[in-house]
Amino acid sequence: MSALAAFLLDADQYDQLLSGLLVSLKVTGLVLLFGLPLGCLLAVLVASRSKPVSLGALAFVEIARGMPALVLLSLVYFGLPQQGITLTALAAAVLALGLNTGAYTSEIFRAALRAVPRGQREAAASLGLTRLSAFRTIVLPQALRIALPQLVGFSILVFQGTALCFAIALPELLSQAYQIGSTTFRYLTVLSIAAAMYAAIAIPVSQYAGWLERRMSARI
Amino acid sequence: MLEYLGPISEGIAATVTITALAFVLGSILGLPLLAASRSPWLPVRALARFLIDLLRAVPPIVWLFILFFGLAQSLVSLDAYPAAVIGFGCISAAYMAEIYRAGLLAVRRQQWEAGAALGLNRLQVLRTIVGPQAIRVVIPGAATWAIALLKETAVVSVIGVSDVTFLATSESQRSGDGLLIFLLAGGIYILMSLPLALVARWTDARLHRAVAL
Repeated sequence: MSALAAFLLDADQYDQLLSGLLVSLKVTGLVLLFGLPLGCLLAVLVASRSKPVSLGALAFVEIARGMPALVLLSLVYFGLPQQGITLTALAAAVLALGLNTGAYTSEIFRAALRAVPRGQREAAASLGLTRLSAFRTIVLPQALRIALPQLVGFSILVFQGTALCFAIALPELLSQAYQIGSTTFRYLTVLSIAAAMYAAIAIPVSQYAGWLERRMSARI
Repeated sequence: MLEYLGPISEGIAATVTITALAFVLGSILGLPLLAASRSPWLPVRALARFLIDLLRAVPPIVWLFILFFGLAQSLVSLDAYPAAVIGFGCISAAYMAEIYRAGLLAVRRQQWEAGAALGLNRLQVLRTIVGPQAIRVVIPGAATWAIALLKETAVVSVIGVSDVTFLATSESQRSGDGLLIFLLAGGIYILMSLPLALVARWTDARLHRAVAL
């Protein structure tokens, strides 16, 4: 196995790919850190009783979900500097993919919030909790548990989406693989190894999401 | 604004044809993949499962690079456009196989048994009893995938296919008005996905009515 690995690429080329993988994982983490709270906030805003707030949030969700992530990324990285706002590639990636994640996961959060039985809110109200503390301590924890399998599933899409950052020259896994390919002309080898790295993370995580989903539906 | 709309909308043809061809290719290739994933023979089943998982686990842009840059040094060299259609066609096959599978699983096992009790063979049961019921589950799922596919195809711009995103990028570099141009491009994608969204919503509502009865 290690003989095969050494035959395919040099040790420093593996290091280069691994450093790219780390960047991909770091971007995934930052995007989730920004995008998941945003998604939760958007879900609450869409459910708001105020029509302008609800419609505004819904319009934002539909636009950020409706355009391809690559277009949103280009808008942030190439479009904003022309208006005087220059972001680093990492900041642009986190902002654009985070907005996309927020829009997508708001639908997951919205369904989960609706799935918490009404009686829970009523019980909290009868205990004298304010609406905010009822939401924070009673409704949200239950909704998060309901949303968890789908959120784990979505985080795989975020990880895969980091490959789009090739277009903005962020040194993530695909960029590193392409760079090695362009110096060695062994594109097929190095891209296949990069693909295997993506799969080695995405497949176990998606199986974990499937397991969570089955456990959840078995309980209900 | 209109000065940008003209050049960008010239990319609609490429975006729509790549999406449509890949979707048709995937819908067809998804069938043998589904059959293989339900084969009684374990190695076939395991191989099909592995293919489905692998096709969905690797980001589409990486598959495109493998087809476009990776194969360029080998015997078969692909242009960007066929690479895009083949790449997204294979990815679609994996997604469609899963959508078909969900459709089949949604039909109760007793329907197969009842068909067999009537003396129909498995193919006849599939064609006349299970298939028509499964299709109700398949159509909304397939429409949802088609919308996702339409947006995913934006990455073909990276290998140089003149789709909406590619033309928006070059127009933005030419004019320096990227914010507006990419918003317009995003709007075009949303408009293109509307008919598919309507199909998904309409068939999904029909499905829920049918199940509720």
